[in-house]
Amino acid sequence: MLRVDVTKHLGEFTLSAAFTSEGRVTGLFGASGAGKTSLINMIAGLLKPDRGIISLDGETLDDTEARVHVPPYRRRIGYVFQDARLFPHLNVQQNLDYGRRMNHLPDDPAQRSRVTDLLDIGHLMDRRPGKLSGGERQRVALGRALLSKPRLLLLDEPLGSLDEGRKVEILPYLIRLRDEGIPMVYVSHDAAELRQLATQIVMLRRGEVTAFGGVKVLTASPK
Amino acid sequence: MFEISPTEWTAILLSLRVAIVATLVATPLGIALAWLLARRDFWGKSMLDALVHLPLVLPPVVTGYLLLLALGRRGFLGAWLADHLGIVFAFRWTGAALACGVMSFPLLVRPIRLSIEAVDRRLEQAAGTLGAAPWQVFLTVTLPLALPGVLAGMVLGFAKAIGEFGATITFVSNIPGETQTISSAIYSLIQTPDGDLAAGRLVIISIVIAMSALVASEWFARRATRRLHGN
Repeated sequence: MLRVDVTKHLGEFTLSAAFTSEGRVTGLFGASGAGKTSLINMIAGLLKPDRGIISLDGETLDDTEARVHVPPYRRRIGYVFQDARLFPHLNVQQNLDYGRRMNHLPDDPAQRSRVTDLLDIGHLMDRRPGKLSGGERQRVALGRALLSKPRLLLLDEPLGSLDEGRKVEILPYLIRLRDEGIPMVYVSHDAAELRQLATQIVMLRRGEVTAFGGVKVLTASPK
Repeated sequence: MFEISPTEWTAILLSLRVAIVATLVATPLGIALAWLLARRDFWGKSMLDALVHLPLVLPPVVTGYLLLLALGRRGFLGAWLADHLGIVFAFRWTGAALACGVMSFPLLVRPIRLSIEAVDRRLEQAAGTLGAAPWQVFLTVTLPLALPGVLAGMVLGFAKAIGEFGATITFVSNIPGETQTISSAIYSLIQTPDGDLAAGRLVIISIVIAMSALVASEWFARRATRRLHGN
């Protein structure tokens, strides 16, 4: 269970959001500039809230009153960025293995082959990120986050930098991923995408939560 | 003309030893400092930055004299080091290495700092979300991506160290076999009536060394750009 109740001042813009999510895939929906990325950066620990609490499965990650701020590397929260952010000096295999090495997890060949099969990236292992297409890069980024064995997976518009054709290519992988059962927070400004993936929606508008509930809340909103 | 005499060989080898030791000792310090200047904000940062660059703008003889005052046998640091740790810099080749290290430090730090600044911080953030502690991020992401800049800084620092003259001769004098580097050997030779030919040989050798260092540093800089573009 993810509990968020935070306020953050960003320039002249104030982000103030509170929700508790039990769903498997929480969709953060809103136009660009609504504060979606700032919100998941706070969940990841990359941004500190000015006030409030973030907790995951009963563990406090941020509590400004108690001066608690767990740094990102101790949160075990995976993050798939819009721009993939693969390490350019490592090949695909080393990128995939990075989280396992940093967390000193034992090698798990079964899990690795399951993830590479799930994402169809087995044939890319020796390539450098510079030699991958946008869709391949995004799939490797997904695999890299999954293999660090996170408790929660954050996805920030993972299809955002892809053209329509590529989106259709990646979407089935995301649906497979959802059915794996890892809780996810999925950020998007595309209602159609969220309708296919999310089980619960948090709607953000100019830094405030304007609606919360099942995917039905999307139909009520103008895109 | 190209018969190099034993004295000249001694000076060449000593110069190489002094410059290599100076560069190898200065590099870890330079990386730490470059990282601090590139990635951290703290009180006194601009003072520290100015201090690092000071040897670049001070007359070398001033730097050498300050080293002599501090680390000479009667210097406040030098006396303590000699009495307690048995380390003596004055009139030793180690002193020459120290002077060269101090003089080349700004040139060593600058390319390293620039290449650390050029490393995409979003990659460091991504490493953090994958479970890498800050020191792991530095060792596995920042440093490898900045490595060509580190090598370029080392090459530049080495080239500066091998040609250093003013601070070295002020601090450790010009003793053949102990502190006489190529530069101070040339200085002695051109003051000797028939030393021109020998001086000419050493001049050519120092040009060759400096040129190779610059070509190498150019090559590393080009590799750095390619590497950061991820191909």
